[in-house]
Amino acid sequence: MSRTKPVNYSAFGLIRHGLSHKEWPRVWRNVDLKKSYDVVIIGAGVHGLSTAYYLAKNHGIHNVAVLDRAYVGGGGSGRNTAILRSNYLTPEGVTFYDRSVALYRTLAADLNFNVMFAPRGHLTLAHNDGALRTMRWRAEVNKVQGIDSEVIGPDEIKKLVPYMDVSSDTRYPILGALYHPPGGIIRHDAVNWGYARAADAMGVEIHQQTEVLGINTSGGKVTGVTTNRGEVSAPIVINCTAGWATLIADMAGVKLPIITHPLQAAVTEPVKMFLSSVVVSGSLHVYVSQTDRGELVFGASTDPYASYSMRSSLEFTEELAGHILELMPSISKLRLLRQWSGLCDITPDFSPIMGFTEVEGFLVDVGWGTYGFKAGPASGEAMAELAATNKTPKMIAAFDLARFEDGRLASERGAAAVGH
Amino acid sequence: MILIPCPNCGPRNSSEFTNQGEVKTRPASDSVTKAEWRNFLYLKNNPLGWTVEQWYHSSGCRKFLIAERHTLTNEIRAIRLASQQGDAS
Repeated sequence: MSRTKPVNYSAFGLIRHGLSHKEWPRVWRNVDLKKSYDVVIIGAGVHGLSTAYYLAKNHGIHNVAVLDRAYVGGGGSGRNTAILRSNYLTPEGVTFYDRSVALYRTLAADLNFNVMFAPRGHLTLAHNDGALRTMRWRAEVNKVQGIDSEVIGPDEIKKLVPYMDVSSDTRYPILGALYHPPGGIIRHDAVNWGYARAADAMGVEIHQQTEVLGINTSGGKVTGVTTNRGEVSAPIVINCTAGWATLIADMAGVKLPIITHPLQAAVTEPVKMFLSSVVVSGSLHVYVSQTDRGELVFGASTDPYASYSMRSSLEFTEELAGHILELMPSISKLRLLRQWSGLCDITPDFSPIMGFTEVEGFLVDVGWGTYGFKAGPASGEAMAELAATNKTPKMIAAFDLARFEDGRLASERGAAAVGH
Repeated sequence: MILIPCPNCGPRNSSEFTNQGEVKTRPASDSVTKAEWRNFLYLKNNPLGWTVEQWYHSSGCRKFLIAERHTLTNEIRAIRLASQQGDAS
């Protein structure tokens, strides 16, 4: 490899390029597709790119291709609401997401790319006794594992979010919240681009507009993939295609317990900063945060039917507006700037599927539903270790595909179904 | 938003309905293996294209319906009451 470190970004370089408008370096290379690679990764989102990055960085495997039908970060990785947290419900989930938050914390320095991570605190509201009980349960699970997480009352919520209506005469009164100070938001596009740039500098090839049309197997082993740009041979193929995961797995003859649901989101026009925390309400199916630019970013629950359609609906906007105004009536005059939709690969237990399949060499990193972005670095690190050593790392052992047949589900429904 | 042509009520907004997922055949309980039962519980086809699924018109006539819907365009090309035999058309 000619380069092992990406071109260093600096204030001096920015001024020099800004004044001359010449020699803006390409962020990643555009090269011809080779005939063979050590590892082929399908899907250039945060999972695919981070897997490629850690394969090169931690395991010295540089002959890697990341293929994407469209463009880098064009799926869920660029459509999510960019919330990070680790206050999950199962011990397996907590350990895993905490590793991810830890990697995100130092990611800007590791990648020399400003990913704008802002650990501003994360509030999950409880509107009834059942929800409050689950919050207490989660707080205890979190504390045992050393995660900063506690249940707070309406008065403390009001201090953190002054614009929130915490009065008791509302339709959904706020009884308390699970407060998770290390949670926050990040710039999701920067994470994708940062990983792509750093992986590329270590020799990983990123091939956009390269659609996988078939997965080639022989005697129960993967031999490569067929793309719209020709055949590529590889002993290891990793499926990181989120909403399209079952379509890719079907090509290898692997059935996945996944249903694809659209998830919609929206942003308002930018306003002066007034909301520092991330606020999530499971009962009202809404979560909201304010970006550094000042836009309020809203997300909701998935559309209640399986679909690959990424069209937005007025029904979503109406419901979202109604719910968010229950929480913060004072933002009623804010206008929505745009809305969009992404695809989520939902599993029966709201936990991901990572690891081996019955086809040797065909690995999956799928089932990320509505919580895939926040897991990106940890899953990339674990999948890279799995692909390089051919052994399942302990951290992701609970998330294997065989768990569905054995009946050992890792249910995160209480902490992942709506809340983010 | 999907417009669902209910055989009883005419074209109605999908928010009136509850989607109950792909139609699957339940294995016979006296002869089923563990693997078959898990497959019935968890595995779906999740196709990109036409799928046959069940809807419940919960805020309408409260009938169960079998519809054939395209998962990319959300177009419904056939629908019938679940109580009627035969395919979706």
